[in-house]
Amino acid sequence: MEKELLAFATAGSVDDGKSTLIGRLLYDTKALFDDQLIHAEKASRRKGLSFTDLALITDGLRAEREQGITIDVAYRYFSTPKRKFIIADTPGHIQYTRNMVTGASTVNLALILIDARNGVVEQTRRHALISSLLKVPHLLVCINKMDLVDWKEKVYEKIVQEFNEFSARLGISDIQYVPICALEGDNVVESSSRLSWYKGPTLLWILENLHISSDYNLIDCRFPVQYVIRPQTQENHDYRGYAGRIGSGVFKPGDKVVALPAGFSSTITAIDSYKTQLKEAFPPLSVVIRLEDDLDISRGDMLVRPNNLPEIGQDLDLMICWFSTKPLVSRGKYWLKHTTKQVKCIVKELLYKININTLHRIEDNLTIQMNDIARIRIRTSQPVFWDPYSRSKTTGSVIFIDEASNETVAAGMIL
Amino acid sequence: MIYTVSHLQNLESEAIFVIREAAAEFESCALLFSGGKDSAVLAHLAHKAFYPSNIPFPFVHIDTGHNFPEVLTFRDRLIQKLGVKLIVGSVEETIQQGKASDQNSNGSRNQIQSITLLETIEKHRFGACLGGARRDEEKARAKERFFSHRNEFGEWDPKNQRPELWHLFNARKKQGEHFRIFPLSNWTELDVWTYISQENLELPSVYFSHVRECVKKDGIILAHSPYLQLKNGEKVESLKVRFRTVGDMTCTGATLSSAETVEQIILETAASRIGERGGRGDDQFSETAMEDRKKAGYF
Repeated sequence: MEKELLAFATAGSVDDGKSTLIGRLLYDTKALFDDQLIHAEKASRRKGLSFTDLALITDGLRAEREQGITIDVAYRYFSTPKRKFIIADTPGHIQYTRNMVTGASTVNLALILIDARNGVVEQTRRHALISSLLKVPHLLVCINKMDLVDWKEKVYEKIVQEFNEFSARLGISDIQYVPICALEGDNVVESSSRLSWYKGPTLLWILENLHISSDYNLIDCRFPVQYVIRPQTQENHDYRGYAGRIGSGVFKPGDKVVALPAGFSSTITAIDSYKTQLKEAFPPLSVVIRLEDDLDISRGDMLVRPNNLPEIGQDLDLMICWFSTKPLVSRGKYWLKHTTKQVKCIVKELLYKININTLHRIEDNLTIQMNDIARIRIRTSQPVFWDPYSRSKTTGSVIFIDEASNETVAAGMIL
Repeated sequence: MIYTVSHLQNLESEAIFVIREAAAEFESCALLFSGGKDSAVLAHLAHKAFYPSNIPFPFVHIDTGHNFPEVLTFRDRLIQKLGVKLIVGSVEETIQQGKASDQNSNGSRNQIQSITLLETIEKHRFGACLGGARRDEEKARAKERFFSHRNEFGEWDPKNQRPELWHLFNARKKQGEHFRIFPLSNWTELDVWTYISQENLELPSVYFSHVRECVKKDGIILAHSPYLQLKNGEKVESLKVRFRTVGDMTCTGATLSSAETVEQIILETAASRIGERGGRGDDQFSETAMEDRKKAGYF
């Protein structure tokens, strides 16, 4: 039986101990190499620390090591006898929220750290809100630094209650809590006698035993065409295949399909995966689809089933996370990347932004600045074929690109 | 019917998606081919991505002049098999043109490679170069995006990387800038070996245990070669070794090993207590040696 994979992102405010926790997890599950540990030991001594700073294992950039903060997401890989893990160690600093969103966009679980001394702070709320907008299916809240609050149950209970009140309004279905001390390893891999009032499982136990449901939509057939393969060689003179990754749904040879935007119908003759032909193809497979008819289909087009079409249109309502130091310009034009298609768009309307602390809508004097979460309305230069993000991540997500700087300035989730 | 894929199928599908995205987004692409196991896997994935067409971009090899001869043999055979064009950037030429010097005590040309690489990219106007680097190799590489932007000087700005959401890659750039693209980002060393075994891929023979003339320098076992200058007390000895990574002969450390097959290597890798690049002299210059080189345009 093959081991399952769990990808998770760490989140939480700066100094809540994310990198230390990851160092601890890797250390206690024996996932660190001797040379990595020796490097961390040497570096800790050079910094004049009396202990080995496990955060130095994940904070790989010079600027991060100097300042003791995480700037960009670092990916770590480890496995236990039960599961394989990918960790996206994301920054807590508000300035680097865009990197937290990067890390959280591809995971099954967000692990949110809270400093027991400070309780729920604005960054905790921001990260919980972002996780819920990105539809991360599971949330694991770790109340860290329990040693600094004398291992008191009351402190833990109060934070759990506070977080619960906030998250109830976000519609996150699966939330678990665990009190820990990442620095000394309490309740990380081994359960702690100092936290004997806590009867639940350790952090690692939760990570190893959490039920991972498939994240993929297997109902709505969507195949964004990525690349057209036409060898035009002697032996493959008539070969014409459409390469791409199945976005959602299950495709089979013999299926009737419609090519968007042209609207032509055809039938799938074969689904190639290198030299083998598949009986069915589903996400996240990369395949080549061949059709009965020679149609004009190119990158950015989409194959779908005739009785289950996506929304087709130029007017979109989205929730966005704004990343740029330059505010969003109302009536401004941006490049939009959606599946394999790139179009221009104009921002028609700023509807509201969200007050991170109260979750209230702010509708007056609206300017959308870095790290703001807002709802906007746009019009695209050409029709796009979309589904709500809540139904399909592949066809429901977009990025905004600044025309002048080419920077990625926002992530968008179609409503 | 349960619609699930194996871990390797998932990694393969992701890598093929990234490779096709690179070929679709850039007019001019290249695959950086070192002759090592990761670039062998990348070459195989590129072959699969466009099959039955040929790979639509050339391979680039930065030749330090200090190669393992076994690696060059392997390179030439693979190029022929895949029917791709090979472009060689010569570090020797860079030195002869006076653009760099290898007056380094142990003759390593590792740092100069970046100059040759950037010149090759500029000369052929490549908009993107695919590489086999993986995030689990090294702590600076753990910070890499799939699509990693380089400015017109070929520099990486790790403090200011573009956010990379889902699998929506932003490939927009200005003239003179380029991208490094890493389809194997999420693969671990063990994944690479398991895949090599599954796909039955050929590799340079230096990866497998063999008896070789070696020199121990500062705790690192190096292959003896004409490029290595022996210091006092250093001696040539015959050892049973293999290499876990393949780079310049003068800085790639060997490990003592009797693993002769891919299966034995998988067992050895799973049990290893030393990181794959633990034997790379080029990573030991300083705490952030990889970041410093990457900022300057290294792989």
